[in-house]
Amino acid sequence: MSEPLLKVEDLRVSFTTEEGVVQAVDGVSFDLAAGEVLAVVGESGSGKSVTAMTLMGLTRSPNARFEGTATYKGTELIGADEDELRRVRGAEIAMIFQDPMTSLNPVHRIGSQIIEQIQEHEGLPDAQARERTVELLERVGIPRARERVDNYPHEFSGGMRQRVMIALALSCNPSVLIADEPTTALDVTIQAQILQRMRDLRQETGAAVILVTHDLGVVADIADRIAVMYAGRIVEEGTLDQIFYDPQHPYTWGLLGSITRVDKPRPERLPAIAGLPPSLADRPEGCHFRPRCPHEFAQCTSVPPLEARLPGDAEHRDRCWLSVEDKRVKREVQPGEIGLVDKEGTPA
Amino acid sequence: MGRFVVRRLLQMILVLFAVSVLTFLIFNVIPNSDPAVRMSGRQASESTIQAIRKEWGFNDPLWQQYLTTMKKVITGDLKSEFTQLPVGEEIKKGLPRTLSLAVGAALLWMFVAVCFGLYSAVKAGRFADRFLTIIALVGISMPVFWIGALMNYYLGFKLGWFPNGGYVEFTEDPIDWFYHLILPWTALAILFIGFYSRVLRSNVLDTINEDYVRTARAKGLGERQILIRHVLRNSMIPIITLWGLDFGAVLGGGAILTETVFDLQGVGQYAAEAIGQLDVPPVLAVTMFSAFFIVLLNAIVDILYAYLDPRIRLQ
Repeated sequence: MSEPLLKVEDLRVSFTTEEGVVQAVDGVSFDLAAGEVLAVVGESGSGKSVTAMTLMGLTRSPNARFEGTATYKGTELIGADEDELRRVRGAEIAMIFQDPMTSLNPVHRIGSQIIEQIQEHEGLPDAQARERTVELLERVGIPRARERVDNYPHEFSGGMRQRVMIALALSCNPSVLIADEPTTALDVTIQAQILQRMRDLRQETGAAVILVTHDLGVVADIADRIAVMYAGRIVEEGTLDQIFYDPQHPYTWGLLGSITRVDKPRPERLPAIAGLPPSLADRPEGCHFRPRCPHEFAQCTSVPPLEARLPGDAEHRDRCWLSVEDKRVKREVQPGEIGLVDKEGTPA
Repeated sequence: MGRFVVRRLLQMILVLFAVSVLTFLIFNVIPNSDPAVRMSGRQASESTIQAIRKEWGFNDPLWQQYLTTMKKVITGDLKSEFTQLPVGEEIKKGLPRTLSLAVGAALLWMFVAVCFGLYSAVKAGRFADRFLTIIALVGISMPVFWIGALMNYYLGFKLGWFPNGGYVEFTEDPIDWFYHLILPWTALAILFIGFYSRVLRSNVLDTINEDYVRTARAKGLGERQILIRHVLRNSMIPIITLWGLDFGAVLGGGAILTETVFDLQGVGQYAAEAIGQLDVPPVLAVTMFSAFFIVLLNAIVDILYAYLDPRIRLQ
């Protein structure tokens, strides 16, 4: 494999809070190849957003501590000073945030918010920057872009604002686009439109995408590879097919089991993973998923390494001590669906 | 935006009408005694009282009294029953002095407060922030007549760096005008600087955590641009309200203490003297005059608001 565009190695992020030290990201490593879509999936509080924002230096604060490296085209991002980071932000790595209602400044015209970024990185004259902004808005599907470029954010709907955010992110032709739950705040029909648009734009621009989401449905549409995160760690990583058709980690089974499916008999209630994710300030020893896992056994008190456990599938790695055969058997407890059962044996 | 301005100005006229009715009632109707007697002062002769009663139409129906009073206030056809000086002339004399004091002090306190507040917020929790907090509290706690008197005594009288009160017309000598106003401006601004910088600091700290500030950072903008373009503009809105009200009050003669301590002979000082003598016509006039400025500045603030925050133009 050629040199990846972005290489994250053993990234650790912790925050000092009143409740103690919160280890939000605990040894995350992944590679991102040019033009690839990597989905980072997990529940709220799994550290996926912190990971994404840390790559752009947006989590920096006096209370935060960072370890590990993230190398983008030979530039180290984690330890970079603000000036170096500024050249990367927006120009090389751009970000789309979760809530389009609050991510645009209410007092500036949307056009000027995009022009501002273009001029920061490329120093174009006003007229040219404006022209490019109009083109961008057309490309993300904003009707009458030439007029609407002078509107304020409150004159747009949520879906339209997220398109503006996408236009903003694409404005300097970044090589990496980080989308942090880009469709979570939108209603379902708009979600589909935005995803379609992102897929088209990826085809056109060839940018690599890190898609942070809790929604496996979104992932199935667009991702090449998936990393499943739980409590600050990647618990399973593989291609879309590997994760969807041969998931190895009980947490992934749970996630997959909690999607509604039209091609399977409908269960009484949508299965959910029992229990809650651990507090990041006080996590269980060993495998973090242990307290919620119906298949827990003695070995689970030590941390399973993230490694390829399936013979001949070096790309598919997970953190679960169960043997491959055990996983095959346990995964199929509920015929017809991949899901977890709680400890009494009834569907959770 | 144009419609917003027109609507706001029409509202202003309505408010002024209401204020004038209230002022009229408070001065002429609510005190349960003969307004002509009150207006003529102590030991007035019966003929004086009769003359005043006739002039102000105190025997007419109320609405007519109101019209007579307002006509007198608006045309400036009033005179003090003590000094026999025309009130309109006196206010006209005091106005440039009060205006000079108010405009200079308001610009000074706004500018310094924005600098202090912003710096304090950027350095939140560190030494510079704590230091400025203490300075602000000291500023808020010092009464203007005290700090004014101290300045006058030490910087004016003892060291002789500044003139000991008084006022020079701008048209006469702009430099001397400025020189005479430095101390009053500073004395008046100190209180407001302390207060405003605290308010701005907390507004900035709130705004800094907004999602759109994170977006601005993700765009690769410089810290300075983020602060000025994205944080400050959104943090200014509450400060602008305060500023409009305080500026209006000072313009309308509210800086009575500062004007008196530095002997500026502005509208505030005039009002203070009139109140001391229970001289009704000047007090009535100055009250309306102040109300006008406060209402006017409020309208201006609302228009500024709409400029700063486009969402306000909607409703």
